[in-house]
This record gives sequence, structure tokens and C-alpha cells, in this order.
Amino acid sequence: MNRPSPAEEGTGIPDLPPIRVLIAKAGLDGHDRGALVVTRALRDAGMEVVYTGIRQTPEQIARAALQEDVDVVGLSSLSGAHAHLFPRVTEALRRLGREKVVVVGGGVIPEEDIPALREAGVEAVFTPGASLQAIVAFIRQRAGKVEDRE
Amino acid sequence: MARAPEAQDRFVSGSGLPVDRLYTPLELPAFDYLEELGFPGLFPFTRGVQPTMYRGRPWTMRQYAGFGSAEETNRRFRYLLEQGQTGLSVAFDLPTQIGYDSDHPLSGGEVGKVGVAVDSVDDMATLFQAIPLDKVSTSMTINAPAIVLLAMYVVVAEEQGVAPGALSGTVQNDILKEYVARGTYIFPPRPSMRLVTDIFRYCSRHLPEWNTISISGYHIREAGATAVQEVAFTLANGLAYVDAARQAGLDIDAFAPRLSFFFNAHSDLFEEVAKFRAARRLWARLMRERMKAKNPRSWMLRFHAQTAGSALTAQQPDNNVVRVALQALAAVLGGAQSLHTNSRDEALALPSEESVRIALRTQQIIAFESGVTASADPLGGSYLVENLTRTVEEGALAYLERIDALGGAVAAIERGFMQDEIHRSAYQTQLQLEGGKRQVVGVNCFQDDQAPSSPGKAMGIRLDPRVEDRQRRRLEALRRSRDAGAVTGALEALAAAAREAAADLFPPILDAVRYRATLGEVCGTLREVFGEHEPSVAG
Repeated sequence: MNRPSPAEEGTGIPDLPPIRVLIAKAGLDGHDRGALVVTRALRDAGMEVVYTGIRQTPEQIARAALQEDVDVVGLSSLSGAHAHLFPRVTEALRRLGREKVVVVGGGVIPEEDIPALREAGVEAVFTPGASLQAIVAFIRQRAGKVEDRE
Repeated sequence: MARAPEAQDRFVSGSGLPVDRLYTPLELPAFDYLEELGFPGLFPFTRGVQPTMYRGRPWTMRQYAGFGSAEETNRRFRYLLEQGQTGLSVAFDLPTQIGYDSDHPLSGGEVGKVGVAVDSVDDMATLFQAIPLDKVSTSMTINAPAIVLLAMYVVVAEEQGVAPGALSGTVQNDILKEYVARGTYIFPPRPSMRLVTDIFRYCSRHLPEWNTISISGYHIREAGATAVQEVAFTLANGLAYVDAARQAGLDIDAFAPRLSFFFNAHSDLFEEVAKFRAARRLWARLMRERMKAKNPRSWMLRFHAQTAGSALTAQQPDNNVVRVALQALAAVLGGAQSLHTNSRDEALALPSEESVRIALRTQQIIAFESGVTASADPLGGSYLVENLTRTVEEGALAYLERIDALGGAVAAIERGFMQDEIHRSAYQTQLQLEGGKRQVVGVNCFQDDQAPSSPGKAMGIRLDPRVEDRQRRRLEALRRSRDAGAVTGALEALAAAAREAAADLFPPILDAVRYRATLGEVCGTLREVFGEHEPSVAG
């Protein structure tokens, strides 16, 4: 885990451990093009990324976040079940004592559903048309600072 | 050239195929009209599967619909039929697609979301209430439990007084692309292939007008594949089904005429037209030469098309009406037998009735105003389109050879070959978009800060949150009112048949659903015998 990623090698910047991210498909939805593209983009940005595969329950996702000791969980759902599933993930993370994990979400999520998701602890929601650059920048900014990490 | 320099060094199609400045006969060496094109309705069907194409009648306008409860979806179906739609297409919710009842713990939050919830024959009857099943054709997007939903449809028809032989429609029943791209698998590949061929067998005897499978490139393309990959992987899967059915002892010329296909209508107009033509020609050649089918109907690739959901933009959503019109035009110029046009607001939410109407009107304008329907294969003979058709066919054939070398489509999928190829293409596409090499209006050029990216008041529909509770209560009532002994007996008979490798599973499933066994009970019985598919995680 302390191995520098290729993107960070030889920069002369003191080595920070790479940001660790879990990308997770919550619920029964099998559309994982977005999740897979984001997984690759975060890796290319020097992060260590674990992808859960499809059909994960909130409890499975929280347990994987604990086991993989991640800084960030990225949730994806395109089936309209986000309002049901995403808050259950943040809840399960809290139960496991991982409330510091940054949770973000993405998918076909109507604007009016976003305030409730934020309320439940999903810090950012990336909807269709969001750029990879914006996603990488947000995660770096939220999880990349030394003082935020233990 | 110095006075009119070109804007780019190199021009490529939407899938990255090179496109030259001009095409002349020199770019079509050794072109043999009869061998490469022939005539509409004749081998190799490059120019279409019927001699008169749309002069006889236009394609079937078939909008995919389904949400919430069977009652709500039934109302949307009747609305669409009143608006002049000519066939129905059922979207099922995810629990139904994965064989769980609405009260299963994993169904939480998903009931009625991406389609209608169907737990039993009673829900299916409600879905088609006041719709005479001998008068409409019905397409069902159902794969892993297709055999169960088709059995329910047959029972509903019986109870309406309609004989199975009078039913026409399609079950998607294409499990292989679920492992590749769409994700609603239940069982491992091998027993799943058995269920697929059991549908072929039953329909060849009892539902002669039914399309027993819709071999789908649509979802493969949506997952990120190129046009060439879409054709290659779809036809590779098609060959695997033909092989499986022959191994199960079926006669190729008895089942192959009822195979149908489903492709994506994407944004690059000429590439898409070439893709449809290439797919038809390649399938005809494979079926005649490699599979030795004798019946000309076995050689024909008939297809449904849907415009590309992944090409819709959340930004400036009204622009999607124009995108959909161009994509639909590609499907028509490519000779589609039926077509779904997406609604402008689908990148944001489930479409509103108004958006669905515009999408249907788009097809009607192409059919009745544009004039493109008067002549079969109107782009046939275009130097450009014939070139692209050759390029797509050659590219697909090269992939088929690689898949053969891996041991065929099932083995290639088990090793993740198709999945890796698709994921790589998807990532490239996104990088091209963000690097500005691929332009999408409203997304990375011609942006409009004023345009809201969220649905306006007129757009989108909200689902009734009580659907899940209602389905649970309905299941409770069903389980109380039915003959429990008969259900248990039917499920035991099904389990026994499933354990016999040679047994046909359609009859015991038909019995079980007739006694009101639920979808989850039938699939649960099969899960116990067959086990569940464990994917190797990609990424």
C-alpha cells in the first residue's frame, strides 16, 4: 500500500501514500460502464482502486471498505434505487466505525434527490455528463490532504 | 489543397474507422454486385430481408415501456396503442429480471423502478388487461428467467381464450450478453444455455410466430463497444446459441428462422447503416456456409433497433430529439424490422408521456414524411457505404476468428475476453471526449451556461413509492389463496426435471406458474439445482 504509484514516482514531492478508493455497484443494477471507466481514470490518476463488481448490498460494500481500508467509497446506481441504497451504505459505514470515509455517488440521479443524499452523508453526486477530471479533482481535494488522513 | 486545407489530418468514424476524402470505384476493387449485395429478400440479404421492404408496410414502431405496477404499465401500453404504436415492449424491474419476488430482501428499493414488477401470472394478467393477445405482438426484455415469463404469458393467453399458436412477439432470452454487458444473469452459463434451447424447442412446436430470442448487440454497444465489436460479439453469441440448440438435438431449419437480433442505432450515420448491412451479410454467410442451414429463412438476420441511450446528453436535453431522429434514420436506412426511439429526458429520469410521444412521432415523421421508405436499401451502391460495409464485415470476421481460437463465445466470455475489449473501448471513448478529440454538442463544445441540466417540470415522471408495499401485500394474498399442495408438487416436479440433463423444462414450469407459483419460487427451485453465476470481477 505504500508503494508509490507510477504517476507519483520521481516527482520529488515527498511520498504520500496513494489515495485508496472502493468503487461499488449498489443494488441489482448491472450497468457498470461508468463504474469501470471511473475505476480506470482514478488508477491513471495514481490512486489505488478496488472495484466490487455488480450487485452489492450496502452491508457488503461497507465491509469491503473496512477490509480494503479505503479513504473513499464511490457508489454507482443507474436503476433509481439510489435513495434507498446510498443512505444505507453511509449508515453501515458508521456502524463499522468508518464515518471518516468520504462517500460519493454517481448515476442517473434526478437533481431533486441530491439534497437528501447529501444529508445522508454522500458528499458529492456526479450525474450524466460529469467529467472524469471533475471526479478526480474532487477526490484529490477531499481525500488527498495529509491532515485528513491518518 | 493549399487553398482549401482540411481541418484535421485524419478523419475517422464514430468507432474510429478511417474515412477518406472521397470514394470512387477504385476504392471498391473486385466488387461483385450479386455476391456482395444481391437483391432485397435474397441471399446474402445485404439490401434487406424483404423484397419490398417498407413499401409493404413500415417497420414496427415499438416503444419499450414499463414502470411501477402492472396497472400503471397497462395504462401506458393502452396509451401507446391509442397513439398509433404497433407493438408492445415490456420493461421489467430488476428483481423480476433476476428472478426475485418483490418481497425478497435484495429487492428493496428496486421494485417497479426500471420496469414493471411481475411476481406471478396474476400480475401478468393485469399487465395485459383489455389488450387482446392475438391482436398485438409483444416483446419482453427478459433473459435469465425468460422461460418463466414466457410461460406466464402463455397462461394469460389461455385464460383470455387465445391459443398459443396465435401469439406473436419476442423474448430477449439472450443470456450470453448478460454476462458480457448487462448483468441480469442468475445461473452459470451452461444450465442457462439449456433454458435458452428449451424455449427454442417449445416455441418451434407450439408458438410458431414467436421470436425465441433477440440476440443483442444493443447492450454490448451501450457498455462501450465499437460498431465492429457490436457486430462481432453479437454474431459470435448467435453462433453459440445455434451450436447449443443443435447439440440439444434440434433441427437448425426448424429453429433458426425464429432467431432475431437487436442492435444499437448510434450516432455516426453512415457507419451505422454499414453496420446493419454488414451484420446481415455476415450472418447469412455464416448460417449458410458454416452452419449448413438450408432454409433461406434461417439465413436472414431480422433485427430490432433502439437508438443509443449512451449518446443522450443530460446537458441541453432537447437536443436529444435531434440526435434520436438521426439515429432512427440510420436504423431505417439500414433496414430495421422494428424500432424504439429514446425519449429526450432519459439521461435524467424515466421519460414523461410527452417525451415518449415526441419519440414516437419522430418515427412517424421518418416513415410518412421523409420519403426514405420508398426504395429498399437507398444507400446501396454508395462507394462510401459499400466500403464501410466491407470494413465492418472484415473487422467482425477477424474477431470471430479470435473467438473461435478461444473455443467459441461461451469460453471467450468465461475468460472475460469480450468484457476486456469492451471496457478498453469505453475508456478510450471517454478519454477522447475529455481530450476534445470527440465532440459532443452541449457537453464539450457549444455549452450553454443558461440551460438547466436537470429535468424541468414537464420532464420525467415520479414513481409511486407505494408500489413495493402493494406488491408485497399482493404476494401475501396470492400465497394464501392458491392451492399450496399443487404448487409444492409442481415445484418438486420441476426440481426433478432440472436434475435430469435431458429433460425439457418448459412443461413443468408452465404447470408451476399455472398453479400460481411465483417467479421467485420457480427461479429459487432452479437456483438450488443449477447454482448461481459467480462473475470474475473486472476492472
